[in-house]
Amino acid sequence: MSPREQPLLGVRGLHKRFGQVEVLKGIDLDIDRGQVVALIGPSGSGKTTVLRCLNGLEVPDAGVLTFEGADAVDFAKRPPRAAVAGLREHSAMVFQHYNLFPHRTVLENVIEGPVRVQKRARADATADALALLERVGLADKRDAFPAELSGGQQQRVGIVRALALKPRLLLFDEPTSALDPELVGDVLAAIRELAAEGWTMLLVTHELRFARDVADHVVFMDGGVVVEAGPPSEVLVAPRQERTRQFLHRLLDH
Amino acid sequence: MGESLWDLVLRSFLPLVGGAITGTIPLALISFALGLVIALGVALMRLSKVRVVSGIARGYVSIIRGTPLLVQLFVVFYGLPSIGVLVDPWPSAIVAFSLNVGGYAAEVIRAAILSVPRGQWEAAYTIRMSPAQTLGRVILPQAARVSVPPLSNTFISLVKDTSLASLILVTELFRQTQEIAAFSQEFMVIYIEAAFIYWVICVVLSAGQSALERRLDRHVAT
Repeated sequence: MSPREQPLLGVRGLHKRFGQVEVLKGIDLDIDRGQVVALIGPSGSGKTTVLRCLNGLEVPDAGVLTFEGADAVDFAKRPPRAAVAGLREHSAMVFQHYNLFPHRTVLENVIEGPVRVQKRARADATADALALLERVGLADKRDAFPAELSGGQQQRVGIVRALALKPRLLLFDEPTSALDPELVGDVLAAIRELAAEGWTMLLVTHELRFARDVADHVVFMDGGVVVEAGPPSEVLVAPRQERTRQFLHRLLDH
Repeated sequence: MGESLWDLVLRSFLPLVGGAITGTIPLALISFALGLVIALGVALMRLSKVRVVSGIARGYVSIIRGTPLLVQLFVVFYGLPSIGVLVDPWPSAIVAFSLNVGGYAAEVIRAAILSVPRGQWEAAYTIRMSPAQTLGRVILPQAARVSVPPLSNTFISLVKDTSLASLILVTELFRQTQEIAAFSQEFMVIYIEAAFIYWVICVVLSAGQSALERRLDRHVAT
């Protein structure tokens, strides 16, 4: 296989156990460059845990993660902390509850990573940050504190904070679940725009219609395994598995 | 003795305030600053996942909180010389007060760190900050807001507790008071005057606490 055909991220046999509960029972997943993958499934299916493992927030018990151009990290062999931290170099995360730093302004939230961690010049990072804020319509909020913003605005800042790191993979953990219904649209529009620009994204979401519109690939998880995966026109419209059908029915009934 | 009580109050005022300025206040400030450094270290040790480390911190806090401050002072000043460690009054007082503040403030800081939501640690980690950066730039600034009221209590208690240093021969406000009282034999007036000066210092500190809280509240929406 030539490097060009290699996926951006390869996940093989991901296992995770919390005490007695086996949350992930061997997940395989490939994400290609520029692909938008939606991870769906009932709560407790393990989809958020997958995301957290990819960003090093949870350490899997077993499994191999391979980012293109980087050494494979095999968790069965208890990789060193540096290798786990190294995984974060490739991705950036957008949280369900935004998790902005409340004691810092919008701009400070966005440039914290680029300036403090990536050691970029402040003026440079600020210019980039303002351009990104401009695009999500929040340039005028640069000096506001998070508590002064609506949930939808905070989440858009959360997205910009992730983008500012220039990650190769964007991870979204139910980015609209904590929002009032009327605020969801702005956040989805921002994500849709990123997809159109060719960002590689993995989204855990309950927004099935959005997943159908935006995702190239849909992965349905239940009980810690991948039940079905494929293009949205198959998985979301004409699922082959009974469990997928039941899940879609339950969600669409509401 | 044609001197009125009022004259005595006025004449003793400067020496007493002098004792506060050269003794009580620097003693409290230095001990509190050192105590906070100790407290931060002990709090982080308490939060360590390594059993031995958290156990040592737990033992330290237990000993400090479970023994009288006066006894701690006497152990340092009168006790250490008997095993060959001779310490002057001032350093003795600073050592004992710092260790004491370290024990009490450690619990405050530990609780304040735990009060910061876990998502803040995670957000910092996902933007690739190191644990030290996360602590210094994300967690402690938020923990500071929570810990100002209880730490102010600790500091105000310390200011008053420095009067115990008079018993190990540190020349501070209360030792000055005792000397003037003994000399003039006007105990009631002189001790009340000293109490008044302590009170004024604490009122000023309380005002400082309010100002600090307002400053740290800036980012919290109303």
